Amino acid sequence: MHSSVIDYIHQRKTHYITKWKEDLTQLVFQQEGLSDDLTEDITNEMIDLVFDGLFSEEHEQEERLRRFADRLSHYGLPLSDYIRGLQSMRQTVKSDLDAQYSEGQVAAFEAWLDELISKLVDAGAKTQERVIDLQNVALKEMSAPLIPVFDRISVMPLIGTIDTKRAQQIMENLLEGIIEFRTQVVLIDITGVPVVDTMVAQHIIKVSKAVGLVGSKCIIVGIRPEIAQTIVNLGIDLSKFSTTSNLKEGVETALAITQREITPLSTS
Amino acid sequence: MRTQPSVEVGTEWGIVSARQAGRELAKEVGFNNVDQARIATAISELARNIYLYTENGVIELEVVEKDALKGMKIIARDDGPGIENIRDVMEDGYSSSGGLGAGLPGVKRLLDEFDIESELGNGTVISTIKWLR
Ligand SMILES: Nc1ncnc2c1ncn2[C@@H]1O[C@H](COP(=O)(O)OP(=O)(O)OP(=O)(O)O)[C@@H](O)[C@H]1O
Ligand SMILES: [Mg+2]
Repeated sequence: MHSSVIDYIHQRKTHYITKWKEDLTQLVFQQEGLSDDLTEDITNEMIDLVFDGLFSEEHEQEERLRRFADRLSHYGLPLSDYIRGLQSMRQTVKSDLDAQYSEGQVAAFEAWLDELISKLVDAGAKTQERVIDLQNVALKEMSAPLIPVFDRISVMPLIGTIDTKRAQQIMENLLEGIIEFRTQVVLIDITGVPVVDTMVAQHIIKVSKAVGLVGSKCIIVGIRPEIAQTIVNLGIDLSKFSTTSNLKEGVETALAITQREITPLSTS
Repeated sequence: MRTQPSVEVGTEWGIVSARQAGRELAKEVGFNNVDQARIATAISELARNIYLYTENGVIELEVVEKDALKGMKIIARDDGPGIENIRDVMEDGYSSSGGLGAGLPGVKRLLDEFDIESELGNGTVISTIKWLR
């Protein structure tokens, strides 16, 4: 963009800001429960983003955009409002410039603003990606918990689809947890696993064997009737492995293995 | 006859969406719980084979009718390396990937009709049907 255009925009800055604040405030106020202070803050930040963008270095601008996108996502504000804001900004400045400058120079300003918009969209998308990554990490952390329920007895409830990554996580958590909790019997509850295909079955077999290798015993619990049928159809033989149909029976078996049982208190 | 959009199997998530689509359609057609599980498991096997052994492939689902019978057709189509010896891969326990080798013979037992066509270097089409009874 020609420097005289930039200078001109700079001169008219207060005028643009007043006009634009009205537009933006309307947009931001549409969001419920946003305090006046916050609205003011975000509006100012947005204005700075544009005007400082005209005079600052490329990489500084990227960092600013990223921070700005983070804040919008933090407050749950839609990017689209700001893009509409930038469009209204473009109209204001463009009609002002039209009177003074050649078509080419006005076009250069528009191109610059378009670029800013697409960078803002990029920054917004990156923020979303980071949020999804974080959620994935959080999900992974709780995807295969080993829970000690009695002395030497632990349960691993599995809920949802088992993919390669999760299968690995199950194995790691299990072997680590067995040592940590001195587990002698581990109950793997697959009630919440929607499909037991050959890959899942093979993994259950591998896990059982590994648990055996560290000197503990593994019981597969929660094989629903329809899953039992599909396992048979697949020709997979789980008869070598301990199974019970529900967790309650599994716990009783585990107590028996560790030579204990649950009895009611005698009332004297 | 109603054709569902095919599901691309590019990632492990493709396997999940294919069998979800299959389970939904199976429910709609009126299959009971056990058959829904059979259909979902069969799709899982076919889709996982596409994921493991080919670059690209799709699972196509279709409602079919023959005489008084209603059923669901599941087609797994890929343009992967193809299968050299079909008799081998239909044998229980045959696996080139250290798997159980139960997938394809299992699918044949889970469903009612099973047809496999493969050409080396040109891909594989596996057509299956489960009839509603
Ligand atoms: N779509 C395909 N394209 C090429 N080769 C295939 C395809 N599907 C299966 N195969 C070959 O057939 C073999 C047998 O497949 P099958 O699904 O029965 O067992 P698997 O995948 O090896 O193990 P799993 O029991 O986990 O399914 C595979 O190991 C693979 O070599
Ligand atoms: Mg397979």
